[in-house]
Amino acid sequence: MFKLFEPNKIFSITSKAPKYVMVLFILVLSIGLVEALILSPEDYKQSHSVRIMYVHVPAAWISLGIFSSITLLSLSGYIFRNKNFFLIAKSLAPSGLVFNIIALVTGSIWGKPTWGTWWAWDARITSMLILAIFYLLYLIAWRIYEDKEQVLKITTLITIFGIINIPIIKYSVDWWNTLHQPASINIMSNSSIHSSMLLPLMIMTAAFALFSLLIFLMKYNTELIKLKNKGLDRL
Amino acid sequence: MINELLNMNGYGLYVWSAFSFTLLSFLTLYYVAKVQYIRERNKFIAKYGSLDAQKAKVARTQTINQEILSGSQSI
Repeated sequence: MFKLFEPNKIFSITSKAPKYVMVLFILVLSIGLVEALILSPEDYKQSHSVRIMYVHVPAAWISLGIFSSITLLSLSGYIFRNKNFFLIAKSLAPSGLVFNIIALVTGSIWGKPTWGTWWAWDARITSMLILAIFYLLYLIAWRIYEDKEQVLKITTLITIFGIINIPIIKYSVDWWNTLHQPASINIMSNSSIHSSMLLPLMIMTAAFALFSLLIFLMKYNTELIKLKNKGLDRL
Repeated sequence: MINELLNMNGYGLYVWSAFSFTLLSFLTLYYVAKVQYIRERNKFIAKYGSLDAQKAKVARTQTINQEILSGSQSI
């Protein structure tokens, strides 16, 4: 089954896809920005500062999702002995790190008018910072280790240790007294967020997901060409 | 209307800087990814061009090489 995902076979798709993803991303982002900045209502407590949520929350969600995917792909790479999984994981990491940084910086900007401080060693903020460190370690490992087998082992180990942090981030607001409020959106039960705010949040999340897909495709194509460059050297 | 949108009850500076930072990060990441792609592709074209006839024949058998040369990623 995995033969369908062989780089040689899927390059014809991954090389053409970015332009379509780009068009879709611009379209969804434009709608999302209008919804988030103009059409959505202000909060009765936080006033207009609540609009920061529309970039902060999707960025945090996507950085968590990407790290979980990287771990799953790395483990699958080992289980199924398929190096393409590692290549996909490596191509996902840069956008994951950038979304993590966006979540930290926009959270800090939101913290000033809401809590009166740019930074607090709150459980959720600290665990998000730790996630950024894991992302950095993962990307640095790919750069510094030349031995292929060694880099696969090290990066998988980093993701295994890093994944322990994901449930900590998710449940930090329930386990500890933090400045963050408990989750307003629940997949399993009713969400406490109003639909007029949920809609722009979902549109912005879709836009961010499309952007991470775009960067993933560009990075993945670059990695495939790198492999082909090595192939030409061996001819 | 415009003033209201920019000022946002005194929260404009925070809201606009958060959105600007996000969009700037997107542009930077896109630019870096694009530059890396072009660099690798140019390296590939240079290497492919310097192959002797025998090696070029072998390289041509792989369709992925033709697709890289055709530059189908156009963004």
